[in-house]
Amino acid sequence: MTLIAAIFFPLLSALLCWFKPLRSIVWGITVFCLTISFAMAVMTAGQVLRNGNAVAIPGWIEVDGLGSLVLLLVTFICTLAAIFAGGYMRHGSQSRERLWWFYSNSNLLVFALAVVPALASPNLAWVGVELVTLFATLLVAYESTAGALEAAWKMAILTIMGAPIALLGFLVLYWAYHSSGGGTAETWAALSAMSSTMSPNLLKFSFLLVFVGFGAKVGLAPMHTWLPDAHSQAPTPVCAVLSGIKTTVPLYVILRFLSIILASPEARIGNWMVVIGLFSVGIAAFLLLQVHDYKRMFAFSTVEHMGIILVAAGFATHEADYGAVAQMLNHSITKSLCFYTAGMVLMTLGTRQISEVRGLFRTSPFVGGALLLCSLAIAGAPPFPIFLSEFSILSAGLRSGHNVAVAILATLIVVAFVAIMRHVNGMLFGKPEATAPVERVPLSCRTAVLLAAVPVVVLGVYIPGPVHSLLELAAQQLGGH
Amino acid sequence: MAGSQTQLIEGLNALSAGLILLTAFGMVATRQVQGVMRFFIVQSLFLAASAFLIGFNRGSIHLLALGAITIAAKVIAIPWVLKRTLPGDLYERREINQVINIPSSLLLALLLAIAAEFLVSPLLATTADPVIHANLPIGLAGILIGGYSLIARREALPQLIGILAMENGAFFAGIAIAPDLPLIAELVIAIDVVLIAVVVGVLTRNITQTIGTSEAASMSELREEPRP
Repeated sequence: MTLIAAIFFPLLSALLCWFKPLRSIVWGITVFCLTISFAMAVMTAGQVLRNGNAVAIPGWIEVDGLGSLVLLLVTFICTLAAIFAGGYMRHGSQSRERLWWFYSNSNLLVFALAVVPALASPNLAWVGVELVTLFATLLVAYESTAGALEAAWKMAILTIMGAPIALLGFLVLYWAYHSSGGGTAETWAALSAMSSTMSPNLLKFSFLLVFVGFGAKVGLAPMHTWLPDAHSQAPTPVCAVLSGIKTTVPLYVILRFLSIILASPEARIGNWMVVIGLFSVGIAAFLLLQVHDYKRMFAFSTVEHMGIILVAAGFATHEADYGAVAQMLNHSITKSLCFYTAGMVLMTLGTRQISEVRGLFRTSPFVGGALLLCSLAIAGAPPFPIFLSEFSILSAGLRSGHNVAVAILATLIVVAFVAIMRHVNGMLFGKPEATAPVERVPLSCRTAVLLAAVPVVVLGVYIPGPVHSLLELAAQQLGGH
Repeated sequence: MAGSQTQLIEGLNALSAGLILLTAFGMVATRQVQGVMRFFIVQSLFLAASAFLIGFNRGSIHLLALGAITIAAKVIAIPWVLKRTLPGDLYERREINQVINIPSSLLLALLLAIAAEFLVSPLLATTADPVIHANLPIGLAGILIGGYSLIARREALPQLIGILAMENGAFFAGIAIAPDLPLIAELVIAIDVVLIAVVVGVLTRNITQTIGTSEAASMSELREEPRP
C-alpha cells in the first residue's frame, strides 16, 4: 500500500494543480504531496529491508532493493526541488499565471520518474521512461526563450529517437523470454531467473537496441550533446531533477537489463560497458576543462558520473556493483545540491558565465560556502560520499584485474577534479565586480539547500546501517559475482 | 485447405512487408511535407493490415485490437492532432531542405535495408516462422531508414514524422515476434506514441512562434564557446 501511495501522491498533486480555486497554493500542494510521497518511499524501503521486496500488485507493481533505492532517490530529490522552486519560480520575470502549469507538469514528471522503478514489467518501464522524456521536454521549454526552445528541441529529437529503438529491444527480449519457455508474465525477476536458458543471440541483440535507445537518454557519449543544453536552459529546480535523477532512471533500466545479460554465460559484454563508460568519462572530463557556463559545468559532470557508474557495472563483481549503486545514490544527492547552488548564484548575480562571477565569498558568504561544499563534493574530494564510492569502484576494479581501465578511470577523474576546482576557484575568490547588483536568496531556497547538504555531509563520514543494507540489497540485484 | 489459407495469409503479409519498405523509401524520396505525411499514413495502414492478417491467422484477439489501435492512433488521431496544433503554412507545398540530396539518400536507405537484413540474420536462425522472417528485417529497416530521414532532414515536422515512422518499424517487427504481448502494454504504448506527437507538435508550434522558423538547422545558439 505504501508503494502505491508513494507513486500516486505526485499524480494526485498534478491533478490538484489543475483546479482553478487551488491555483494560488500550488506550491504548498506540491510540497505537501511530495513530502508524503517521500515518507511513503521511506516506509517502502523499510519493508524491503525486512522482506527483501515490497509487492503492491504481484507481477505489475513491486520493488526490490534496487527499485526501492531509485524510488527513494526520486522522491527525496523531487521533494527538495519542489521546496527550492517556491522561492526560485517567484523570482525574476516568470509569468505568474503559468505557475500552476509548471507545478502540474513537474508533478507529472515526478510521477513518471517514480513509476519506472516500481513497474515489474520491462515493457511498461519503457512507457514510463518515455513519459519522463516527454514531461521533461515540456519543462525544459517552459521559459519559452530561444535558448530554452532550442535545448528542448535537441533533447526531444535525440532522446525520443531512442524510443522506437529501445521498444524493438524490449520486444525482442519478450520474444527471447517466451521462446525459451517462459510461461508466466514477463517481469524483471522472472527474466533474471530465466537468463541462462534464453538464446544469447537474442539477448545480445535486444540489449544492444535498448542500450543505444536508452543510452541517449542517460547522456552517454557520443549521444550526450543534448544534455548540457537542456540541463543549463531549464529552470533550476528542473535542472536539479534532470541531472540528479532523470538520467539515473533510464540507467537503472539499462543496469537491470545488464544484470540479466551478465548472468547468461555466453553473452560476455561487461568489458564493452567498461569501454563505453570510460569513453563518456573521458569526453566529459576534457569538455569540463573548457566550459564557460557553470550550469553546463555541472551538466558535463553528470555525463562523467553516468560513465563511472557504467564502468563499475561493467566490472561485474559484487564489490563493484556496491560501488555502482553507492555512486548512483551519492551522485543524485550531490548533483541536485550543485544545481540548487548554481540557481542561487544565478539569482544573486544574474549571469551564467563563469568569467563574470568573481569573489563570491565576499558578495554572499552563504552562496559561496554552498558552492565550495558542493563542488568539492561533486569533484570527489574526501571526506565526501562520492570520494568513498569512487574509491571503492577503483579498488574493486583492481581486485577484478581491470588494471588498465582503473588507471584510465583514475586519471580522468583527476582531470575532471582539476577542471571543476579551477573554475570554482575563480568564482569564489578574488575581487567581486562592484557594479553587480546583489539580490538576497529567498528563504525556501536556503532551506532546500540546507536540507540537501545534510546527506552530502553525513554520508561521507557515516553510513547508517539501513542505508548500507539497502545498498547491499541493490548491489545483489545487479548480479555481480 | 487450412494450409493453403495460411499460405495465402503469409503471402499477403509478405506483400504488406514489401509495401512498408516501399513507403519508407517514399518518405525519403519526397520533398513535400504533405507528401511525407501521406506516405506515413499509408505505411500505418499497411502496418494495421499486417496486424489483422497475423491476428486472423493465429486467432489472436490482441493483434486484431492492435490493428484497430494503430488505425485509430496513427491514421486518424496523429494527423488530426498535428493539423490542429501546427500552423497551416508548415504543411502547404513546403520544400524540405536536406543535408544529402535525394538520389544519394535513396542509395543510403537501400544500404540500410540490406544492413538490417544482415543484422537480424543470426536471430532468424533461431526460428522457422515465415512471418518473423518477413517482419523482423523489414521492421528494423523501417527503424533505420526513419532514423536516417530524421538526421538528414532539417525541418521540424518531417523530423517528427521520421520518429513516428521508426515507431511503425518497431511495431511491425513487434507484431511478429511478440504477438501475445499483454493488451495493456500495447494500449499504453499506443497512447504514448500519440503523446509524443502532441508534445513534439506543441514544441514545434512554440518554436515557430518564438524563433519564426521551423528549420532545426537555424537553431545553433547553444554551444561550447564564450558568448560575445
